[in-house]
Amino acid sequence: MTYRQQRRLVTFAFLLAPMILLLVFGYLPIASMAYNSFTNWDGLTKNDWVGLRNYADLFTRVENYRVFYVSLFYFVGSFVQLALALYFATVLSFKTRFASFFKGVLFFPNLINGVAVGFIFLYFFRDQGGTLNTLLRGIGLDSWAQLWLTNPRLINYSLTGVSIWRYLGFNMVLFLGAIQSISSEIFEAADLDGANRWQQFKRIIFPSIRPVVYLNLVLSIKGALSVFETPYIMTGGGNGSETFVIRTVDMAFKFSKFGLASAMAIVLTVLILVVTGIQNLAFRDKE
Amino acid sequence: MGERTRLRSYRPSAASVVASTLKYLSLLLAAAITILPILTILFGSIKSSAEFANSGPFDLPKDLFDFSNYAVAFTKGRMLLGFGNTIALILFSAVGTVFTGTMAAYVLDRFEFKLKKLIMGLFLLLTLIPSITTQVATFKIVTSLGLYNTMAAGIILSIGTDIVALYVYLQFLESIPRSLDESAIIDGAGYFRVYFKIIMPLLTPATVTVLIIKCIGVYNDFYTPYLYMPKQSLQVISTALFKFKGPYGARWEIICAGVMIAIIPTLIAFVALQKKIYNGLIQGAVKQ
Repeated sequence: MTYRQQRRLVTFAFLLAPMILLLVFGYLPIASMAYNSFTNWDGLTKNDWVGLRNYADLFTRVENYRVFYVSLFYFVGSFVQLALALYFATVLSFKTRFASFFKGVLFFPNLINGVAVGFIFLYFFRDQGGTLNTLLRGIGLDSWAQLWLTNPRLINYSLTGVSIWRYLGFNMVLFLGAIQSISSEIFEAADLDGANRWQQFKRIIFPSIRPVVYLNLVLSIKGALSVFETPYIMTGGGNGSETFVIRTVDMAFKFSKFGLASAMAIVLTVLILVVTGIQNLAFRDKE
Repeated sequence: MGERTRLRSYRPSAASVVASTLKYLSLLLAAAITILPILTILFGSIKSSAEFANSGPFDLPKDLFDFSNYAVAFTKGRMLLGFGNTIALILFSAVGTVFTGTMAAYVLDRFEFKLKKLIMGLFLLLTLIPSITTQVATFKIVTSLGLYNTMAAGIILSIGTDIVALYVYLQFLESIPRSLDESAIIDGAGYFRVYFKIIMPLLTPATVTVLIIKCIGVYNDFYTPYLYMPKQSLQVISTALFKFKGPYGARWEIICAGVMIAIIPTLIAFVALQKKIYNGLIQGAVKQ
């Protein structure tokens, strides 16, 4: 076999499996979702073309907008999370005792199984005997003790808190990696010039790691729009904690409205693509 | 890193003492907030049912070596089965991901061909869409392929949607000089041989990264097994633990033990492989 033939064979043989997987489990679902979003498919027999009715339903029913209100909590929460991550990454990049211990502790929640995280915080937020309320009552703040997971006005704060607890360390480690790749000579020169820590952060650290900050921002916004696991495990979307993806999954698997669910998933996909597109544009301008 | 602080800290000013105190206070507070929820779960897991009911979450357990809740959680929750299935899922999907990832990366990095740009674009584009949103339709495909309620569903979905692995390999391949494979070709080796004897071994550090990301991902994945492998005999750690919500909903000491059983392997792996885990996740994230 000539090398030319061999190259063709290898190209074909090596790409066959990855391409089949990519098309069947990556693109076919999107295509079939787009098609289903125009039908009233119920998962079994009904499968008629209904045109734009699912989309009309989606945008005209007020209860469908609530999920965006819930997303707002996670969206704002992700800024808090990024700010905290940036703070701790900066602090740990300067000389700090037990730096690797603190880094490890803050990062570890990221590795914990999502179902375990759910139970940890079901326990943490329990009314009687829960960690948080016991702590508050213990230090004399009885009136602060709340029904963290059953009060619809509080639940999304609680769940956003869980999300920050879980993912903060991940952002922090990304920031820390970026800060540590800045040449230490720059810091030494800044020290000699008498720059304080805040000036060093503003003039050296932040400008150097700006691309990583943008990357984290994109990941966080995508994350805020597609929150599913923790609230699903903890509350099943009850007490006003329903997110876009929980509603989509329930619409399909609980209420067998696959057509409507597909339309919702398409809307979410488009939203995420738009957000990513805006981010890329903003990113390009700054570079 | 230590050098630059030493340069200016010969005489600490009052302001820097305050700043330093605030820094450590904030770190300690954050560490406490992170550890406390897990610590109270640990306390709860070693209390007997009566003791649990009559003590607060911060009260130390009377008998620190009472692991009977762990035994109940482990046997009644069938967590051994969960670990077995999780390990099988990790093994098969890791092998599959390493092969599909290295093969695709090898061809896409080393060869020039007509559809290359398009194929690269297809892989890239898919990373933008979170896979959870497409589950509604993926479910239909998995069912029509007869894979519903089989371990194959979990394995294939884990391999098929892992584009991060491909990117880690592509990035690493760029740093392996082409002259290495070219000289092997001149010596008469075929492309298959180059792939197995040169590319695969040289990609080992990238494979370590891929394996770490894969293990963490599969071990912690909830919705794939929950949606596609609901049969009890196929339960993994996540779904086994999730089932505690039903029959043990009111027995928190058992749930606490189950949670600890799921966390302990992660903790051991983290302590042992800390640096590699950080690096692996950083490399994986940059390609998302």
